Amino acid sequence: MLVAVIASCALLATENSGQRLDPLRAVLSFFIDPIKYLVDFPSLLLDQTSEALSSYTELKEENKSLREQQLVHQTRLLKFAALEKENIRLRALLENSFKLGEQVLIAELLSVKTAPYEHIVLVNKGTRFGVHQQQPVLDGNGVVGQVFRALPLSSEIMLITDPNHAIPVQVNRNGLLTIAVGSGQINRLVLPFLPNNADIHPGDLLITSGMGGTFPPGYPVAVVDEFTSQPNKPFANITATPKAHLDRNRELMIVWSHSTPVPLTSKPSTNDNEIKASADK
Amino acid sequence: MKSRPLPINEYFGFGRIILTIVLAMALRIAYWPGFLSTINPDWVLLVLIYWSLALPERVGIFHAWTFGLLTDVLTGRMFGQYALAYSLVIFICLKLHKRLRQFPLIQQGLFIFFCLLLSQLLLFLIKNLQHPAQLKATFWLPVFSGTLCWPIVYTVLRFVRLSRRVK
Repeated sequence: MLVAVIASCALLATENSGQRLDPLRAVLSFFIDPIKYLVDFPSLLLDQTSEALSSYTELKEENKSLREQQLVHQTRLLKFAALEKENIRLRALLENSFKLGEQVLIAELLSVKTAPYEHIVLVNKGTRFGVHQQQPVLDGNGVVGQVFRALPLSSEIMLITDPNHAIPVQVNRNGLLTIAVGSGQINRLVLPFLPNNADIHPGDLLITSGMGGTFPPGYPVAVVDEFTSQPNKPFANITATPKAHLDRNRELMIVWSHSTPVPLTSKPSTNDNEIKASADK
Repeated sequence: MKSRPLPINEYFGFGRIILTIVLAMALRIAYWPGFLSTINPDWVLLVLIYWSLALPERVGIFHAWTFGLLTDVLTGRMFGQYALAYSLVIFICLKLHKRLRQFPLIQQGLFIFFCLLLSQLLLFLIKNLQHPAQLKATFWLPVFSGTLCWPIVYTVLRFVRLSRRVK
């Protein structure tokens, strides 16, 4: 008994002091991860059967709408490429560096819940795919969260709505910088650090500011939905709704952002080549 | 007791025990809709308590500690917190198992309630040491739901034990 208590206390102490136990966790997770997949299996089966049973006309319609959507996105992307070039040129004029090209990996959510009071989800890609801690995770609509812990076969992702999570954001309209903190509710973020006279309205889009280095700048995070000034307190009461469908999406994207920004345009020819290279990637 | 080699069917029985614990682990992380997820009880601990009461010579503190460690990995907690809680609770169960077997179900339920409370209290303390967190009152609900689930666990595992002769 005493041995068990001492051993667990020792483990707790080591874990508290650093990340030295990560290899052990990785080894043990080899035994544990099959359970996660086992739990996920029924919902996976349900998904697949419902897909298999959906009728031909339905699929045809879905296909059509997806095709249309793709066309719209394609044309937007055409414009986007030109805009990106222009942006880089303008930033070069301002002697500013610009981050280019992000690589993504699509991961699927496991329908598993580890702790009810935390917003942590599991996905089926881990360190075997090169996932590492603190990587940003997105879905089609916006930022979902960041990789909290990467295990060999799965990884834990902390959502932006977790009470322990904060994400640096800026207001898209005027570039006002602040921090959005999770509220513990799946559809709510809180902006606790803005004064009562801050220039922010309901309906403003919040995007990642790139401060802190974890999240690449420019991705939509949330839309402000309520602004209440509190005259007797230093900070206003502001809440926002996340753009990402945190409780609905099954596919998530784990992002690798290039850590080294593209250098300034001292020699235009080489920079053009570089841009092409990263665009090809 | 350990000197004599175990017959084949006793090894087989141990497989059953592990299987029930693995199933409990699966239940522990299963995705329950809405409110059910906040009251999802600690199935692993319930199953461990049952086996330690029914077969104290087979399931001991070592097993509790090991499965606690695995639960730590499973739920992504700090290493050792479930290991500590489980081994303490199982230690008490082993000490009292002779008396507890004589108790009627309600009295047993009361004991289980305090076991679960002890485990949750330890987890709470460790979590508070880590960072004084904002845990809601719902953190304590699994203790009550776990007590209510005890008769189910008891009957199911009793059925498993008697039908398969896990000795």
